[in-house]
Amino acid sequence: MIVLQAGILLFVGVVGTAVVFTRNPLNQVIGLTFYGLLMALMFFIFQAPDVAFSQIVIGAVVLPLMVLLTLAKLKVKEQSRK
Amino acid sequence: MNHRARTALFLVGGLGLLCFYVWGLHGLPGFGHYPGPYGDLINSLTVFERHATDAVTAVNFDYRGFDTLGEEFILFASVMGANLLLRKQKDDREEDPPLDQAEDRVVPPTSDAVRVTGLALVLPIVVFGLYTISHGQLTPGGGFQGGVILASMPLIIYLCGDYKSFDHVTSHVLSEITEALGAGGYAIAGLISIMFGLNYLTNFIPLGQTGDVLSSGTILLISVLTGLEVAGGLVVLMISFFRQSLVYRKTDEESRGPR
Repeated sequence: MIVLQAGILLFVGVVGTAVVFTRNPLNQVIGLTFYGLLMALMFFIFQAPDVAFSQIVIGAVVLPLMVLLTLAKLKVKEQSRK
Repeated sequence: MNHRARTALFLVGGLGLLCFYVWGLHGLPGFGHYPGPYGDLINSLTVFERHATDAVTAVNFDYRGFDTLGEEFILFASVMGANLLLRKQKDDREEDPPLDQAEDRVVPPTSDAVRVTGLALVLPIVVFGLYTISHGQLTPGGGFQGGVILASMPLIIYLCGDYKSFDHVTSHVLSEITEALGAGGYAIAGLISIMFGLNYLTNFIPLGQTGDVLSSGTILLISVLTGLEVAGGLVVLMISFFRQSLVYRKTDEESRGPR
């Protein structure tokens, strides 16, 4: 169990850092989705299944969707300015 | 401020943070060793005091119900704030019909595999959301978790269809009413306790048989109300985001690009 916990913590740390260092917002959102799923797995491994439930939907679906929609809106504005 | 000065400033700040961080880590209890009596007390008491087998939900909706009321209104206020920012403004016009793609690009149609899987998931998601809400006092879950699961249903429909099908299954007015009912109902449930001469948000409904769905008194009621609030709030939020990025366009904007 301790190996599993240490492993997922390390993995979350690595993926989180990777998300921060991704500069292109679109790529970053996809990384963020993966990070959200990993967080859910981490909550599950640390015996917090109720938090994992909400994390799956909020972290892996709703938050990336909002960022994606905002990016789409920004792109429309950018194109109309040209 | 040039690059060098910024780096120096960061190094000073980083060193300070590191010192406090190490100092803070030193005072933490050992990994996996829970020191306080509160959790142990809750674990041994919830089944007898509240007839609830999920101590987490019992803490959220009963022992610390007042804190959760605050959290619920934080969610309510943030959804309302986002809704206000994303509202239709004077110089916005609605684009009709909203196409979910760039004009100059042919998007391949959603594959049959995604559509079939998505549509097959819609009903199970609704049932699972309702189950999570109604069994919050028995198994991991509760109003918040069930609410977000329920709110993911229109998203699945969007995934296997397009914005039009999303628009078809959601209603802004209904979602807002649901959200308001949930948030207001929670506060009113607390007032009912006062009417019975108890403290605010004290459990006033008979506790029932431990393990039954209809048990643990107000915990179930508040779980359902929170579920309504969260599901409604998230759907309102998604509708505002979708409308703002897909439907509304500034009148002087050329309607080009991803819509």
